[in-house]
Amino acid sequence: MAKIQIIAIAVSLLFLLYIVRLIVKGKLREEYSIIWIACTLVLIVFSFWRNGLEVMAGIIGVYEAPNLVFTGAIFAIFIYLLHLSVVVSKLHSQNKQLAQEIALLKEKILKK
Amino acid sequence: MRIAIIVPAYNEEKAITAVVNDMNAVARDHGLDLNVVVINDCSKDSTSEVISTLDCIALNLPVNLGIGGAVQTGFKYAFENGYDFAIQADGDGQHPAAEIPKLVKTAKDLNADVVIGSRFLEKEGFQSSALRRFGINYFKKLNRMLVGVSINDSTSGFRLINKKVLEVVREYYPDEYPEPEAIILYSLLGFKIIEVPVTMKERQGGVSSIGGSSSVYYMFKVTLAIIYTFIRIRFRKKNNH
Repeated sequence: MAKIQIIAIAVSLLFLLYIVRLIVKGKLREEYSIIWIACTLVLIVFSFWRNGLEVMAGIIGVYEAPNLVFTGAIFAIFIYLLHLSVVVSKLHSQNKQLAQEIALLKEKILKK
Repeated sequence: MRIAIIVPAYNEEKAITAVVNDMNAVARDHGLDLNVVVINDCSKDSTSEVISTLDCIALNLPVNLGIGGAVQTGFKYAFENGYDFAIQADGDGQHPAAEIPKLVKTAKDLNADVVIGSRFLEKEGFQSSALRRFGINYFKKLNRMLVGVSINDSTSGFRLINKKVLEVVREYYPDEYPEPEAIILYSLLGFKIIEVPVTMKERQGGVSSIGGSSSVYYMFKVTLAIIYTFIRIRFRKKNNH
């Protein structure tokens, strides 16, 4: 096993451990952790399987294997950012409703 | 006829007292059953303390929601408490209380769902800046193109809505720069909109929600919002039929 493989596997495992720790401590919700765990697993698979990247690139028809990494990673990041924007929009709307309810309730309490 | 005057206020400690007192005075003079509802949009100054001493219903938002969210709070209050009309007026004294009976009379006489107090039907009083007038003209053309309704002053925040409209806006009201978008919403839902001329004053205090460099953002954002609203309502209508 090459030196770089050992480093890659170690880093991936540490990353996985960190995600699990965040979930356990309640700092990361499970539904948002799925994508991170999936990403880490992909990293680990390709750390063990050295020729994997070349094979995948060959199947899809990408001449330079590293380009596949960049394309795939950027695409995944865009999708995830969009997902986060949706989450933020939802939170924004819920936050607005809560604030309005609080203002209306405060008025009701003070009137009595 | 119970009327709620909805006054969103953000850092309006200087102007708000006169605004509320003027409205109450007009209500007394014209014998209107009217309550002023001031929504303090988490002001940084003493607006909260000031409005608690006034003859009005004070709604204090715990976080700043922006004009749309603040006004919607008032709409919710008006709907839940069974008001027949809600009139939206600015907290900075731009919209003179003396014009309130005119809006109410129009709604009653012409059976309108929405009455907009417009500053462009008659060239009187404060007419606002050239840039704002350009924006207003642009929205007029956009409105005519999309829904065929010609509103002269779609940015006017001085407007009356009845119970039927309240039921809609308590559920959905735009957040930022809500006025032009709301008009599209009202016309697409088939509400009867009437515009009446009013004389407006220059603001007596506070800062406009639309400033110089953000004007471009304003136009862009509102255009997008109008188009989205158009698509959403049209699509929903098709599904219902």
